[in-house]
Parts: sequence; structure tokens; C-alpha cells
Amino acid sequence: MLGSHLFATTAWETFEKDGWIMSGIIFAPALFSLLLLFIPKGRDEVIRRLSLLGTLVTLVLSLFLFVDYLTLHQKYELSGNAEANTLTARADAATRATATHGPDRSGDLVSRVPWIGRFGIEYFLGVDGLSMSLVLLTAVISTLAFLTGWGIEKSVRGYCILFLLLETGMMGTFLSLDFFLFYIFWELMLLPMYFLIGIWGGPRREYAAIKFFLYTLFGSVLILIALLAFYFTDLTPYYGYLQARAQGKDPNSAEVRELENFKAYAGAKLNKKEAINTFDLLMLAKIGHESARLEAEYRKASADHAAKPTEESKKAVDQASENKAKYQLFGPQFQVICFVLLFIGFAIKLPMFPFHTWLPDAHVEAPTPISMILAGVLLKMGGYGILRIAYPICPWGAYDLAWLIGLFGVISIVYGAFAAMAQTDFKKLVAYSSVSHMGYVLVGLAVWTSPDRSEYWSWGMNGAVFQMLAHGITSAGMFFMVGVIYDRAHHRDLNNFGGIANAMPVYSGLSAIIFFGGMGLPGLCGFVGEFMCILGTWNFGPSGHPYMGRVYAILAAATVVITAAYILWTIQRVYFGSSEKYKDLPDITLREGFIAGVLVVMTVLFGVAPMLLLSWYEPTISTLVRGLASIFP
Amino acid sequence: MNQHFLTPSAVQELTQSYSQSLGLFAPELILCVGIILMLLIRLFNAFNRVNLGYVALVVTLVSLWVSWTAWQPFLSSTPIKARENLFAGMLVYDGLSAFLRLFLLLAAALLIWLTLLTGIPDKEDSADFYTLFLGGTLGMILMGSSNHLLMVFIAVEMASLPSYGLAGFLKGRRQSSEAALKYVVYGGAAAGVMLFGISLLVGRFGTGYLPEVAASYLALAQKGGFDPLLMIGTLLIFVGLAFKLSAVPFHFWCPDVFEGASAEVGAFLSVSSKAAAVALTGRLVLNLTGSSLDALGSFEQWKQASIYFGPVLVLLAAVTVTFGNLAAYTQTNLKRLLAYSTIAHAGIVLAGLATLTAEGLSAGLLYMTFYLFMNVGAFAVVAFLRNQIGSEDVAAYPGMIRRAPLQTICLAVFFLSLVGLPPFIGYVAKFEVFAAIYNAAQAQSNKGLLVLLAIALLNTVFSLFYYVRVLKIMIIDSPAPGAESQPLSLPRLQNVFSLLLAIIVVAGVLIWDPLSQFGTQRSVMPFRGALPSIEASK
Repeated sequence: MLGSHLFATTAWETFEKDGWIMSGIIFAPALFSLLLLFIPKGRDEVIRRLSLLGTLVTLVLSLFLFVDYLTLHQKYELSGNAEANTLTARADAATRATATHGPDRSGDLVSRVPWIGRFGIEYFLGVDGLSMSLVLLTAVISTLAFLTGWGIEKSVRGYCILFLLLETGMMGTFLSLDFFLFYIFWELMLLPMYFLIGIWGGPRREYAAIKFFLYTLFGSVLILIALLAFYFTDLTPYYGYLQARAQGKDPNSAEVRELENFKAYAGAKLNKKEAINTFDLLMLAKIGHESARLEAEYRKASADHAAKPTEESKKAVDQASENKAKYQLFGPQFQVICFVLLFIGFAIKLPMFPFHTWLPDAHVEAPTPISMILAGVLLKMGGYGILRIAYPICPWGAYDLAWLIGLFGVISIVYGAFAAMAQTDFKKLVAYSSVSHMGYVLVGLAVWTSPDRSEYWSWGMNGAVFQMLAHGITSAGMFFMVGVIYDRAHHRDLNNFGGIANAMPVYSGLSAIIFFGGMGLPGLCGFVGEFMCILGTWNFGPSGHPYMGRVYAILAAATVVITAAYILWTIQRVYFGSSEKYKDLPDITLREGFIAGVLVVMTVLFGVAPMLLLSWYEPTISTLVRGLASIFP
Repeated sequence: MNQHFLTPSAVQELTQSYSQSLGLFAPELILCVGIILMLLIRLFNAFNRVNLGYVALVVTLVSLWVSWTAWQPFLSSTPIKARENLFAGMLVYDGLSAFLRLFLLLAAALLIWLTLLTGIPDKEDSADFYTLFLGGTLGMILMGSSNHLLMVFIAVEMASLPSYGLAGFLKGRRQSSEAALKYVVYGGAAAGVMLFGISLLVGRFGTGYLPEVAASYLALAQKGGFDPLLMIGTLLIFVGLAFKLSAVPFHFWCPDVFEGASAEVGAFLSVSSKAAAVALTGRLVLNLTGSSLDALGSFEQWKQASIYFGPVLVLLAAVTVTFGNLAAYTQTNLKRLLAYSTIAHAGIVLAGLATLTAEGLSAGLLYMTFYLFMNVGAFAVVAFLRNQIGSEDVAAYPGMIRRAPLQTICLAVFFLSLVGLPPFIGYVAKFEVFAAIYNAAQAQSNKGLLVLLAIALLNTVFSLFYYVRVLKIMIIDSPAPGAESQPLSLPRLQNVFSLLLAIIVVAGVLIWDPLSQFGTQRSVMPFRGALPSIEASK
């Protein structure tokens, strides 16, 4: 009897092609890690090759998904409406289609299957420009990082298994659209990371690993509180809100469609008068959005009334306050609290000053491939979480605290740069430069401007995403370069290097490009993101402080000089000059050259032609910005 | 309880109900038969050399099977709200008692298998050990179904007495005897206090029959005012239960007993005994708040009744979970560490019960079900490794990943699950409890529960450190120079046992939905009463 409940799999029959591809991207590495268990002892080379195959399969599947995404993007673009290509719209259409048993919708790149009935948890996956770009980044960096770690000899099987599990966690985080599912993948990454640093790391690896674990777990607990708070809000009033809004509207209007969407989503529960709770990130975003809008309308009406009290304005205030009382599910205070919880949780990962202290330790102690993953992908999860969860669900909190986020961003930029300059450990320098560069992401996100000038914010947001991708490439590259020299010289003391360029000309040339890319030299990818972020910041000015954005922008831009200083100084200390000690170092091998080459090509390519990325992810971000900015009239 | 007057019709009614009661009581009776069988079988020389563990295992499995068939009605798509009084109302047969019985028998089967694998007890002592073991299990089952305050006391004692014996079972070890003595003294004192509380309540209401006590309790609470006698009586009963749950400050026995007793007995005490205490506490709490009455109490009534123990439970849970985790930091003996971890986990379950809702009890039961797998797994690995290296101290563990890779990885899975990290079932268990607390805090607009939630969540972070420290020693540290570092050869079945539990811990997310929908949710069906009124008061 229980069996029939366990395997009530009718839902899985409707699982579409896109669902399989996305699941493949997430679980292919895990399956390969399972396979590794059955390889007999002592066959390390087989284990390595099989694991590489695992990362390659994931990469290929990601490319398939990318092609599908481009097709979808093109379809919308041809219809002249690239910005209608939102996850929300696609998910709504899919929900409607499922409710009416519509045709196969393999091309929509969203896929949802009920999982835990009691809590309404779904296996809900989907991609848009934001997650697509990060999935590609993850697939590429993982493959390159795995190649980097080819020479690891210590318990190869364990290393490969943990590495692949880590990739599963990362991919799952980027692809899941159900908060509960997201949380599981988010936490799934902690374990492999702990052991990868703790077992294969440097001398202080145990300290670094547990510090990383504790910091991130603390952040996760904060996220968990927000998750519970969102879930236990009964969404039934939202239905009333939609009904009221759709009254007397044209059947084809957006309002009526939204009502139908909601009916398709929660019709069964509405009929039974049960509480509607959800982990659906897109639905929660709608609720947060509309709640903030109601609040904004009320404040505007009150302000109008205070400025020119008339009978009419009084009525408007009463109406707005009644709407607020009836339909507002995520009130302003609630949104601020939840935003802070989520933001701190994600900012620890980002990492933002003052939650960054785990990062230098973890980076310095981690083996090179893991440093690459940490800097290249894991830090981006913080930014992704803020963009996917914190901003859309708690826009009021984001709006209220925009200046603070920007301020912390600027502090991270400046502090990170100065801290990097003071380091003598090569890896620590790169680690602090990461703190500095991720600060630009925060500043780019923060600069919330009014709807009429929302294109500036859009610059900032797009810049933030570009900065994440660019930093993913260059920081992974920088750690790789440090790793190469560490393998040969067996130390990382900056003051003890010199004359490497004479011994290793190819290596030095490639490193220079990567480091300049990280520095933000025009023509290389680091420049684009930083420039867009600073550009967006210039026009930021919360009420009462119109010039705040300029201060931020000037500080952020001025730090570029510091960045240039420490990077040039580093290059000078490491590569130039002459040294007897290092004159016999062999230049990079073919494998290393391949990894460096791919990273260098990407650094140059996306610096020269940023539209290669921007053209397809930009509509997603711009739509998000327009939606958020329109809340506050 | 008016049928106590022995009129002829009453006698006839009792006779009828007894025959029906015996039917529903079959799994317990099977256990009784098994116990008697094991005591008598040693009279025959032919059976002198048989390990009676196999007999105990068969008896438990038969009983488990009968209980499983008895659970079937609860699986029907239109859930029944069955509640049968057994033996003139001394026991009650409902979802909760049936679920707990299933749980305890499953735990007993697992633990007997474990003892058969580790060889504690040896063949000579097997009759004594398994008699005590099954007797304790029987007492725990009765704890879950007692419906009369007197029966509560008898059941608690019936579960405790065999446990004292089991704790002292390693007769040769001084520590074991010391553990048993401590346990007896603490247990005796707690039982006395509890009995005093019971006598106060029974004296106040003139009955010990739980539904009547509950009705009088509510009526008294509704009248308003504060009755100190009521509070003292109720809290003294909870002292006895807190002792069983090893809640702070009634936990002092726990680390010593766990350290002295064998790991197998530790697993029994931490899982079975705790689960029974959880069920009994849940039943009492929900009865006293009127959730089991057919006539729904109002939210105000509920609130009035809950002030006698609600805040105390919240406080108890917060202190227990924090203390358990902090005290575990400095432990070097693994059994002692697991004892403190048990205290911390009891705190989390208590936090679920402190919501005073059926949701909370359901979450607590789910927690215990998942806890069964991870904790038995952890104790099993400790026992297996003890058999090999003769030590339960972490100092003997460095480099264990090379000596016993499978067991080490399994222990890592169990420990990380005990921390509550996804995707292991420990996370799911914690999530259910946290969700119940948050929901109740909202529904009852109870700030205390929100604080409790924050404390419980923070404790998840605290607990990470000491579990991971052990894993670090086993996996990352290399053995001290000169120390034994040869690979251990564990019997294959021991590996199978650990691996099986580890797989359940990893893949248990898949049984979460059915277990909660058709298990724990159904088991608290009888207590759904007060929930609607709480919802309505929002």
C-alpha cells in the first residue's frame, strides 16, 4: 500500500527534454562520482580520466542548454520583444499549460515536478540569462580546475569524488527555482569544500576549512530563517488582490492573465480553502513585488495628501491604506528584516567586508584547483543569491538599504585593495583582490534609481553580472598562475621572487595578460564590469543625499589606481629583475599552457567584445531592473 | 471511569472489551511470550549454548509484522481518527501508540541485529540481556499508550528498571557498575518526584484517567486565576519525563551512564527510551491543552491551560539544546560526546513539543524516526571500532580513514546528518521541527517560540564544531608515530550494517514525504482537535 504512494510517479511522465538536460547538468557529476567508487584500487589514472569525462559531459550538456537558451532568446528577439523572455513569464505559461494538459513545452527551459507534497516543495528548475551565464562559467571553470589538479597524488579517488559532488552542488544552486531545493544545493557545497580544503590544503588547512564551514553555515542559518518566514505566509489574500485588480479589465489584459496564472498555480487549494504556502521563488518574487508596490502607493498617497489635503486625496489615502491592510503580505518591516537575513547570508559568501575574513584563509590554504573554484564560482553564488532571491522577494528592504549596500561595497573595494597591497603572500594578495573586485558587484547592484532614470541602475546591475563573470575568469586565472609558480618554486613569498620572466617567458606573458585583466585594463574583461558599475553608480542618489552616488563612484574609480599599483608592483617583484635561484625553472607544460590559454582567450575576447555575453543576458537583468524600479513612482 | 462499579452489566461489558483489547494488544503479548520463552528455554540443557539474540530477533520481527498490519487502517486515504480504550481505559490505542509501537519494534530489531554483530552480550549472558532488552522495549511501548496517570508511572518504571540492568551489564567494568548505580539513584529520585506530582493531580481531580484529568484541567484553567497546586503537580510530572528525556537540569546521569554502559545500550537509551518519552510527553501536553477532547476548546482555554507548563517547556528546550552542544565541545570519549549530543537533540525535540501543537509532536516523531537511523549508525560504528581497537577515545582514531575507510565515511555521514546538513535526513528532521516552531510562533503570536527558534538555529552552528572535530581527527590527522596504523579487517556484515544505515541517511529524503504523510501526520490525528481554534484566532 505504501509502495503505491511512494512511487506515484505520474508527474514524472510529463518531465520534458529541457528538464532532462538541466537534471543532467546537475547530476552528471554526482553519477560519475558514484561510478568512481567501483574503480579498483591503484588505478588513479583511470579515476582521473573518468572524472574529467564527468566534468566534460557537464560542460557539453551546459552548451546544449546554452544553444537551447539562445534559440529561445532569438525567438523572443525576432518577435521584437526580447525582454518578455523572463523566467516568470515562461513558468506561468508552463503552469497554465500543465493545468490544462497542454502540449509539450520542451523549449521553455523551465521544468517543475512536485516533490514533497506536505510542504509543497517542488523539483523546480529553470534558466534565464543570469543563471545561464553562471552555469556556463561553472562548467568551464570546473573543467579547467580539474585539469589543474591533475598532478594531485594524495587519495585521488576521494579528491575526484568530492570535486564532482561540489560541481553538482554548484550547478544545482544556479538551476533550482524552488527555495527549498536551492537551499539543499547551497548547503551541499559546504561538505566537499570542507574536506577539499581540509585534506588537500596547505599547512593551516584545518583551521581554514573549519572557519570556512562555520562562517558559511552561520550565513545559511540566516537564510533558513528567511525561508521559513516566506513559506509560512499564507498567500490566499494575493488571490483577492488579483481579483480586485482584474475587475472590469479586458480578458486579454495582463491583470486578468495574472489572475488566471494564479488560479492555475493554486486552484486546488483555493477551492478547498486551504492555506497556500510556497517555496516557489518566482511566486514569492511576485508577492514581494506587489507588497512593496502597495506600500509605495500608500506612501505616495499620504505624501500627496500631506502636501495638498483635499477630499479626494483623503479618499486616495484611505483606499491605499485599506488595500495595504487587506493585501500586503510582506510588509515593509518584514521585507527589511528578511532582506537583512538573506543579504548577510549571501554577503558572507560574496564575501563582503566585514564578513570576508574566512576568504584569505580558505584561499591561501586550499589547493590550486579548489582556489580556482572558490574564487571563480563559489563567490558568485553570493551575488547570484542576492540577485535571484534577496532583491526580487524583498525589494522594499533592498530599496531602503540601498545606500548601505553601496557603502559596504565601496568599503570592500577600498579595504580589499589596500589589504592586497600589504600582503607578501602571493595567494593572499589575490584573495584580497577578490574582496576588492567583488565589492564592485555590490556597488553595481545597490544603485537603485527612480524609474525615469532606471537605465543607469540597469548599467550597474548588468555591470555587476559582467563583473561576476569577468572576475570568475580572471581570479581563477590568477590563482592558477600562482599555483604554477608555487609548484616550481615551492613558496609564495612575493619578496623572494624575481626574474621569473627570464626563465619562463611564455608563462610570464600569459600571467601578465590575466593580471592586467584582473586589474581592469581597458580591452580586457575586467574593465567592462568595473566601468559599467561605476557608470551606474554616478547617478545614484537616495532622497536627501543626491550626491551619494558620485562619492561612491569617485571612491570606486580612484581605487583602480591602488589596484593598478599592487598588481604592477607584484608583476615587477615576481617577473622582472634577475635571479640566479630561478633561472632553471621549466616553462609551463602543455597542460598548463592549455588551461592558461583558455583563460587568456576569454579574458581578451570578453574585453574586446563584451556584447558576446551582454547581448543574451542583458534582457533578463534589464527586465528585472525595470520591474523593480517601477515599484516606486 | 464510572464502569468501575461492578454491576453485572458492567462486568459483561468489561469482559467484552477485554477480549477486544487483547486483540489490539497482540504485539505486546508476543513480546511477553518471547520474554517468558527466553527465561524458560535455559532450563533445557540442549539450549544452553544457543545465543538467544536470534530468538529475540525473531520475536521482535513477528511482533513488528503484527504491528505493521495493525497500522494498515491508518494508511487509508480517508484517515480514521481511531481511539480505542484498552483494559478499561488504562491504555489507549490510537495513532500515536500504534506509531510508537512500530518505531520501538523497528529500533529493537535494528539494535538486536547490532548486538548480534558486535557480540555483546556473549552467549552465556544472552538470556539476561535480551530479557531486559525486550522488557524495556515493552515498557516503552506502554509509555506511548498509557492513558491513566497511574499507568504513566508504571510504564515509566517498567521502561526504567531494565535500563538500569542494561547499563550495568558489563559486570567486569567498574565504570559500568558505577553507571548503573548512578542511573538507579537518579532514576529512583525522579520517579519519586513524578509519583508525588501524579498524586497531587489525582488528589486535585479525583481521577487519574487522562481524558477526565484533561477536561477538569481545562475547566479549572478556564475559570481563570492561578492554581499553584496544579502547576506544581504538572511540573513534577514533567520532572520525571525530563529525566527520561535527559533534559537539562535532569541530565546528569546521561554522560556517565553512556560512558559506562556499552555503546549498544547507549544507542538503546538514546533512541528508544527518548522516543517513548517524547511520545508520552506529547500525549500529556496535548491532553492537558485539550487537543484530544472531542469538544473543541477555544483558543483562550488553550492558552489558559498552557501557562502551567508551556513557558517552562520553552525554557527547558532552550537550555537543554544549548547546554548539550556546549558541553560536548570538550569531550574526548566518543560515547560521552554522543551522550551530550543526545542531550542536545532531546532539546530540539523538546522545542518541537513546546509548541503544544499536534504539528510539533508530529515533527518530533519524525525527528526521532530519522534520529533512529543516524544515531544507531553512529553508535554502531563506535561499537565496531571498539571491537577492533579496544578504545572509544578519539585519541585512538587518527588516520582511521586509512584503517577502516568504509566505517569512517559512514560515521562522517551519520555525524554530518546529526549536525543537520542537507541533503542528509538530519536536515529534514530539523527542518520539520523548525517549521513547526515558526508556524506555532506565528499562529499563537508567541515571541518566546521565536527566540527558541533562533536559539535552536544557532545551536546548529555550534554543534558543527564538535562533530567535525572528530571527523577531522579521523580523516585529516595522521596517526601518531609508533601508533598502530595497520588496516583493520572488519567482518563483512558489520560493514553491511553501517553501509545500510548510511544509505538510509543519505537517501532518506526520498522517504520523507510518505513517512510524514502516512506516518507521523497520521499518528497525531487524535490530537488535531485544538488546531482549528488556534488558526481561527489569528
